Amino acid sequence: MATQVLQNPLELPISARLAKNLKRNFVERVIEFMLMLAALSAVATTLAIVFVLIYESFAFFEHVSIVAFLTDTQWTPLFEDAHYGIMPLVAGTLTTSIIALLVAVPIGTIGAIYLSEFASHKTREIVKPILELLVGVPTVVFGYFALLFVTPMLQKIFPGLPSFNMLGPGIVMGIMIIPYISSVAEDAMRAVPMSMREGSYAMGATRFQTAIRVVTPAATSGIVAAYILGISRAVGETMVVAIAAGQQPNLTFDPMESAATITAYIVQVAMGDLPHGSIGYQSIFAAGLVLMIMTLVFNILGHLTRKKFREAY
Amino acid sequence: MVTATTPIKAESRDLNFYYSNGTRALKGISMPLYENKITALIGPSGCGKSTFLRCFNRMHDLYPGNKYDGQIVMHPDNTNVLAHGVDPIEVRMRISMVFQKPNPFPKSIYENVAYGLRVRGEKNKRNIDDKVEEALKGAALWEEAKNRLHDLAFNLSGGQQQRLCIARALATDPEIMLFDEPTSALDPIATANIEELMSELRNKLTILVVTHNMQQAARVSDYTAYMYLGELIEYGDTDMIFTRPTRKETEDYITGKFG
Repeated sequence: MATQVLQNPLELPISARLAKNLKRNFVERVIEFMLMLAALSAVATTLAIVFVLIYESFAFFEHVSIVAFLTDTQWTPLFEDAHYGIMPLVAGTLTTSIIALLVAVPIGTIGAIYLSEFASHKTREIVKPILELLVGVPTVVFGYFALLFVTPMLQKIFPGLPSFNMLGPGIVMGIMIIPYISSVAEDAMRAVPMSMREGSYAMGATRFQTAIRVVTPAATSGIVAAYILGISRAVGETMVVAIAAGQQPNLTFDPMESAATITAYIVQVAMGDLPHGSIGYQSIFAAGLVLMIMTLVFNILGHLTRKKFREAY
Repeated sequence: MVTATTPIKAESRDLNFYYSNGTRALKGISMPLYENKITALIGPSGCGKSTFLRCFNRMHDLYPGNKYDGQIVMHPDNTNVLAHGVDPIEVRMRISMVFQKPNPFPKSIYENVAYGLRVRGEKNKRNIDDKVEEALKGAALWEEAKNRLHDLAFNLSGGQQQRLCIARALATDPEIMLFDEPTSALDPIATANIEELMSELRNKLTILVVTHNMQQAARVSDYTAYMYLGELIEYGDTDMIFTRPTRKETEDYITGKFG
């Protein structure tokens, strides 16, 4: 082989020049395999998590019927009189998430429209990094911000508001999610080709008309993706609600009351010293499974909406 | 031949244009657009013909730092559309544009055509219905589109999309229509349709068309301008430019010795 390399390749017979290069093929195969392993590691981790959740939940559902799990209005797995109704936790999760989205979706979308269609290059260069800095703030900080700053402020408006409530952390979670939504939505809007904007301007449209009537509909699929990301963040958020919403499972959609979310319950129980294999321990996994199914449902809904609005341009 | 009786719809007077990086893309261009005639702009890539066309509806205003110097005067009211006091939006309502690549909006066929009316604040559904039908007929798309007005515009073929863009531009009754290489993304049959359409539209409005295709200029236009490196080299009757050009550069370009 070595001598062949030194030889002028053009002097070789054609059949030898066209022959398969075994060494090159082998290297390609190895690289391909390593790339596949890297891709699989994420898939494998996900599958492992799903497996553990389902496996441990099975053990849980041997003690608790699924009907009771879904219909019982109390969640008190660690009490003497144990109830295993997941609905109070689901209600807490949904309420805080909806408040967060009510804050984040309008502000995030408007911010994205401003940054993409109105802001000068200079403004964007200053505002974007600041928004992205917000992503880097640890969620514990947001939790105490909700508990010690936002809730007391809200108490001035609503005097009866308890110190632990869902409104404050919901709003703070919304603020936390704004940069996720605005950043992804802005990318989607900036990906709309300039020719489409020019078409609109050439019809005598103003900047605002172009942004609302042409760019936003053209970017719908990306904007919906931004919302899905926001929902997943809100549903899965732990620290803010664990710190500021109180940790009492409470079947209510009233934002003025305190409640626990699924994540808050998980972190609360996981920090205690529950014996491995006890029903309380297994309840974490059942709650986790519900959380995963919720996120999955939102993702599927989002995916379907995206498909429906998908515009090829 | 240029006859004294043909009225001038618009004319550029000593027009210079500078891009934001300082490049002088147009150098003292003066030429008329005759009413209800088609004027073609030809010349090699980068000669400034698209830049010149886009001055007419102030498209350069969309990008900061661009600078016009000179006049584009519209008749009969003698307005200089480049003047500081003139709102580019008002200019674009009188001078519409069709682009190189069909650029329909992500909306239904109907809403694409209605767009110009809607941004002007038109609310009356019957008026819009009538205008949409008229514009689609004017763009020879009505027969193909009348049963699918609420389909997404992207479902049309490339040639149909370009006719839709023409219908969109027609719906607001513009006085001048600018075509920026309208057929360069289309196949020969779709190109022939668009050319035929342009010839018909000439009865209603004044047309300025940029084209890379010299045969196209010869086929559709009444007047032709040859541009090179931002300068107007020669302007005249299309027959004359293609048969007896007075300038050597024009002849070289037309006969394919150059460009």
